[in-house]
Amino acid sequence: MAGLGSACLLVGLLTALYAAGASLYGARSGSRAAVVSGRRAIYCVAGLMVTATIVLQSAFLRSDFSFQLVAEGSSTDTPTFYKFTAMWATQDGSLLLWALLMSLFSSAVLFATRRSLRDIAPYATAVLAGIAAFFLLLMVAWENPFTTLAVAPVEGAGLNPLLRHPAMMIHPPMLYTGYVGFSIPFAFAIGALIVRQTGADWIRATRRFALIAWTFLGAGIMLGALWSYAELGWGGYWAWDPVENASLMPWLIGTAFIHSIMVQEKRGMLRIWNVSLIVTTFVLALLGTFLVRSGILDSIHAFGASTIGTQFLTFIAIVILGSTALIVSRLDDLRSEAKLDSLMSREAFFLVNNLVLVGLCVVIFWGTFFPLISEALSGNEASVGPPWFNRVTTPLALVLVALAAIGPVVPWRRASRSGLVRSFRLPLAVMAVTLVALLAFTNSADSPLALIMFCFVSLVLTVVTQELWRGTRARRTITGDPWPRALGQLIARNRRRYGGYLVHAGIAILFLGVAASSAFQDQKDVRLSPGESFKAGGYDITYVRPTAEVGRDTAGTGAPITFGAVLRARRGDEVKMLHPSRNFYPSQNLEAGPIGRFFEGEATSEVDVRWGLRRDLWTAVRPDIAELEPAIREANAKFTNSSDDIQAIVIAAIVQKYRNNAPPASFRAIDSPLVSWIWIGGAIMILGALIAIWPSPEARMRRVTSIYAARLGKELSQA
Amino acid sequence: MDPRRKRKLRLFVALTAAVLLAGALVYTSFSASTQAKEPSELIAGAEPGRSYELTGKVVNDSVDKDGEQLTFRIRDRDGHESLPVTYSGVVPDPFREGREVIVSGELKQGTFVAERDSLITKCPSKFTKDEQST
Repeated sequence: MAGLGSACLLVGLLTALYAAGASLYGARSGSRAAVVSGRRAIYCVAGLMVTATIVLQSAFLRSDFSFQLVAEGSSTDTPTFYKFTAMWATQDGSLLLWALLMSLFSSAVLFATRRSLRDIAPYATAVLAGIAAFFLLLMVAWENPFTTLAVAPVEGAGLNPLLRHPAMMIHPPMLYTGYVGFSIPFAFAIGALIVRQTGADWIRATRRFALIAWTFLGAGIMLGALWSYAELGWGGYWAWDPVENASLMPWLIGTAFIHSIMVQEKRGMLRIWNVSLIVTTFVLALLGTFLVRSGILDSIHAFGASTIGTQFLTFIAIVILGSTALIVSRLDDLRSEAKLDSLMSREAFFLVNNLVLVGLCVVIFWGTFFPLISEALSGNEASVGPPWFNRVTTPLALVLVALAAIGPVVPWRRASRSGLVRSFRLPLAVMAVTLVALLAFTNSADSPLALIMFCFVSLVLTVVTQELWRGTRARRTITGDPWPRALGQLIARNRRRYGGYLVHAGIAILFLGVAASSAFQDQKDVRLSPGESFKAGGYDITYVRPTAEVGRDTAGTGAPITFGAVLRARRGDEVKMLHPSRNFYPSQNLEAGPIGRFFEGEATSEVDVRWGLRRDLWTAVRPDIAELEPAIREANAKFTNSSDDIQAIVIAAIVQKYRNNAPPASFRAIDSPLVSWIWIGGAIMILGALIAIWPSPEARMRRVTSIYAARLGKELSQA
Repeated sequence: MDPRRKRKLRLFVALTAAVLLAGALVYTSFSASTQAKEPSELIAGAEPGRSYELTGKVVNDSVDKDGEQLTFRIRDRDGHESLPVTYSGVVPDPFREGREVIVSGELKQGTFVAERDSLITKCPSKFTKDEQST
């Protein structure tokens, strides 16, 4: 089977190279047959990648340890769900995932544009085939996921316990879909530059793909944050880790791109800017993929020592140099059709929003690569921590949220004073009321930055609600529909516009959660014996009793031993019982002894979070099992050669010992207000984006009629 | 004002703002940064009262826990010079003897006193197999 997988990769590489060659030849010579053949070769690559993925996944599901990847990343006792996700927990497997998604996306866009963009599409095909060929070359030459072991081990190493969380099933594929998706508009932008057709055609053809990529990348980032909050035992959702930043940077520039292309579509301006943005987005997406693999920056996500760092850097350098040279050589074709009429116009606000987003990305880039910059400049390896990131990004985030309120209601070209008054009278009034209410009834004055954010959030929400209300009312006047139908029709007929408004509302709600939880959370770290209590935020928390179980991991991650605690949290009349615990996974290290290895391996926190709209109570426990060591040593000596059953009984007895006489354990509890609104806001953003992506009925109708008209024309010409 | 002068003025203002912002970025990042050092570098010369990030490997059989307080020694990645470290707070999951760690704090009378919760474990085998601890 491994042979079939390797063959798929090699044939895939050759096919991708053929696709690039045929498309370029077709474009140069004008041979349609060559262009069509190049396009179909891309479909072939997609088919080969699907086959390769099926081969690899079935090896994981069968636990075929003759595959090196399966032996290293899975085991027979890894739950089936996590066997399925183990493919992208390994470096080679994740490259295959990249190639798979890349070929599927390319096929979809080339199929969708097969009858349009005759000049641009062949070059775009060549670019896409080139990117696919690069990833296939990496796998064929250096990191083959189908490497086999001469002697298959009896048991595999198992999936890293930290990755055993449901979000891990979809977080990496979503991020990769985002990264890969941005290669589509990039390829068409390059094609448009080559043939000097720098109008809005390439944007219209790939706009939806840019939006899809943006949505997936955003959803992937959100899921990563959720995983960090609910699985990692530190209680935060964002740590400014290099790889987190690496995923955020292309998303920020992608956000700038999907805003500024509207200016090009509407007014023919910002052409150089747009092609530069999409090139930057794609380069940052590559950089994100590269950072995980290079090990040049310290990060939790690193894949460990890697062999393909140089190749990635070379490819990134080629992309940057090639694109820059192309843009410079086409500067004459990229002139704007129009000039900025007024600073109080939609296009000016888009420009400011773009500058803020790019600024945010520059700041994050600087901080992420600061260790390298500092070593180059001063010879000292130094780094900046989360406090620095928070300090410099907060003002920019505030401006961004304010712009999210203002931008949508400022008209194109030039705003009139009376129009602005009409649009902003109510939202500003609501913002003032919010400010007064917050000052009067809450302690939010303790954090001025959070207070400003709350005001801007109310501004965005009022603007969006007002726009929806006005639109619905206008529709009702015309059609006489009842309210819900009028609202539905309004959104359905202007999907991009109202989907966009929803995204703005979502981001405002998300920042409400971020501001409230980071400014007003109370985190306590304590060490307690059973029966003792402490306070965290508004909660009085008591350590009721220790728990210790064998084979009862409630999260279904396959951990044999779980130590934990029962906590009682009281807040006024409200009482919650919490059960944070810690899973212990057996170590493969034989020195730990047959019994000891069950206690010495990796351990992960299973945190207990009580989610709420007003506040979350987050708890984690770190049991101290040092006092079990004498018993474990004794058992190691006595039961080395005993049967598995007896060893299991001994382990159960040691676990029992902890439950009966537990030493003090360490706890972390966080009372975090409004943190759930981060996830709610994220969900609203995704919903809004989906509405904007979904083709409107009119567009579908137009497409059908145009195909019909084309067919009619063809038949008439033949007649 | 004629349009060309106006455009030039706008460009000048924008460039000045960009330069100022970039300057602020450089300045704040350098003043907020902490230097990463290995034990031998700190032993050779550490400014008193300055905060450092100490990186290296946890020395075998050096980890000792006394209630909240964790003490261990960190040695150079490729060397034998080591420093004692006292630490309290959350210990990351993959913390083990022999693994690479990063911890922030300052050197006081030959002992590296770490800030609370500043311990980070670098696990070179994070996403691949669980290598045996050396």
